[in-house]
Amino acid sequence: MTTDGWPLWEVFVRSRRGLSHTHAGSLHAPDAEMALRNARDLYTRRSEGVSLWVVPSTEITASSPDEKDPFFEPAADKPYRHPTFYEIPEGVKHL
Amino acid sequence: MTGTTDTRTTAAALALGDDALVLSHRLGEWAGSAPVLEEEVALANIALDLLGQARVLLSLAGDEDELAYLREERSFRNSQLVEQPNGDFAHTIARQLYFSTYQRLLYGQLASGDGPFAGLAAKAVKEVAYHQDHAEHWTLRLGDGTPESHRRMQRAVDALWRYTGELFQPVDGLDLDLSALDTAWLDSVTDTLGRATLTVPSGPRTGAWSAGAGRQGLHTESFGRMLAEMQHLHRSHPGATW
Amino acid sequence: MTAVTAGTAGTTGVPGVSDTAAAAEQAAYEAVFDAAVAADERIEPRDWMPEAYRASLVRQIAQHAHSEIIGMQPEANWITRAPSLRRKAILMAKVQDEAGHGLYLYSAAETLGTSRDELLDKLHTGRQKYSSIFNYPTLTWADVGAIGWLVDGAAITNQVPLCRCSYGPYARAMVRVCKEESFHQRQGYEALLALSHGTEAQHAMAQDAVDRWWWPSLMMFGPPDDESTHTAQAMAWKIKRHTNDELRQRFVDIAVPQAEALGLTLPDPDIRWNEERGHYDFGAIDWTEFWDVLKGNGPCNDQRLSKRRQAHEDGAWVREAAAAYAEKHTGKHGEAQA
Repeated sequence: MTTDGWPLWEVFVRSRRGLSHTHAGSLHAPDAEMALRNARDLYTRRSEGVSLWVVPSTEITASSPDEKDPFFEPAADKPYRHPTFYEIPEGVKHL
Repeated sequence: MTGTTDTRTTAAALALGDDALVLSHRLGEWAGSAPVLEEEVALANIALDLLGQARVLLSLAGDEDELAYLREERSFRNSQLVEQPNGDFAHTIARQLYFSTYQRLLYGQLASGDGPFAGLAAKAVKEVAYHQDHAEHWTLRLGDGTPESHRRMQRAVDALWRYTGELFQPVDGLDLDLSALDTAWLDSVTDTLGRATLTVPSGPRTGAWSAGAGRQGLHTESFGRMLAEMQHLHRSHPGATW
Repeated sequence: MTAVTAGTAGTTGVPGVSDTAAAAEQAAYEAVFDAAVAADERIEPRDWMPEAYRASLVRQIAQHAHSEIIGMQPEANWITRAPSLRRKAILMAKVQDEAGHGLYLYSAAETLGTSRDELLDKLHTGRQKYSSIFNYPTLTWADVGAIGWLVDGAAITNQVPLCRCSYGPYARAMVRVCKEESFHQRQGYEALLALSHGTEAQHAMAQDAVDRWWWPSLMMFGPPDDESTHTAQAMAWKIKRHTNDELRQRFVDIAVPQAEALGLTLPDPDIRWNEERGHYDFGAIDWTEFWDVLKGNGPCNDQRLSKRRQAHEDGAWVREAAAAYAEKHTGKHGEAQA
């Protein structure tokens, strides 16, 4: 381990109850415990959150841009999943 | 138990407030020099919590700025522990470990009582719990890190040990179960040092000079310099507002 | 790219065809990138991007991050002497924010494939720069106010457009930074206002600070457009949205009335409203000083960098200790098992 070999962690913050954790940024820490504490200090010092996750950046598997098309297109051809797909007669409310 | 309720509250507010003020100042000296950027943020958080506590406490005793900037060294009531210079990061962490463990137990007792500090203590005890957590995590990492960090951390806990007895001297205006505080403190610190592979210092916990001294206005040499720096601008412009 | 092309050529045995195919692929990537930038979409870390775009961003984000952490020094210089507990708390919180901003920005840079260690090393060895403004000294308490008002004001003028920068992680970091910076500018202005309306000595202190910080603040926008080497390309890539001179003018237009409200004068007799342009005219900037400070001859260049290096070196044993502890106690999932 080098002098500065603190790994990178991705930080996810739940800004308030009822919302999911959202990626806030990253930071360096020697281990998970310190990562959580650093995340608290850095990303919630203005009360921006009620809960934190930290994940080693190397543990995240991402879809590569090359895979983008096959990965996301099936969803794009299912417009019926989106509410705007449906025409509703004028005057019908609360739908 | 001397003095009226008011003077007793004032005396206690000064002791607690000066502890927070002086330690906050010392931590503020780290700004720009912390060992890693993340720690800049952490140390500043602790310093800001303490400064917030100091302002509330000093305001109970009078005008916060008059008290902070216009008292002479011999009128400060902080313990000698908090005025000790930062030293290396290990010394700062040892000071934090000793003080935050004490402060958490103290505020815990005050919060469960019905005295004038119960409300403040109930809020502050949460902040202080975090300070203690920070100090303990670093004590473990420095104590059980590399041979060099172990050596530095052992030296730091040894050097500051003689200032820890003073924390359990009676404070005018506070009704505390001091022996319970002291026992709980010793248990907690012993446990942390043990887990950090450090040896609990064997020397005396008070020196001839330090027993109850800070609380009575008797401080160490570096404190005068610290105050000179802290107070000079304010004192250079009498009556000015900032 | 070259290696892949060569390999492919070897297997097909038809070098001309695969070279053309690779070039076509490259062109297709570039077209997608250009279209995304043109459509004001954000480029994200795993997207293909031209190497020059990547290098330009790393340079700019790193310089920005370095500025935040070197920028802690001139203000931290006054934390221990702040004249009231309220001001002390504000200043500590501000300097802390700067460390935070440095961290946001280093993480944004890291998404481009560099590391903080590498960037810090470049800072420490003088291979990457930070904003020259921090090579000026803070001589009195009023300098803290002047930095908040003028330096942070200039920084905000520069940075607000960066919230729409084409590179997603940088733009997002800047949204956070800008939100927090507005507190910095307001506290500086308020501190100067208190001085300006205070005693005679305090007023003089405020005026002296503004006299010293005004011109360096104008220089923060960088050299004039016709001498700026990076502007054209950075604007084409939508890393930058306005030229140096446009932003400088915007800043002057904002600052002049603010100075009047403060009751302080700006040290430029040529400042006057130009009805025709709809802007304030202002005097010529001493670019010799700018280039001189940039080259390392400012009043504090050595001091700032030495202090930064010292802090880094003094902290080495601490970082090593935490890493060693983690290695001893960490399970494969990263939890410290203390």
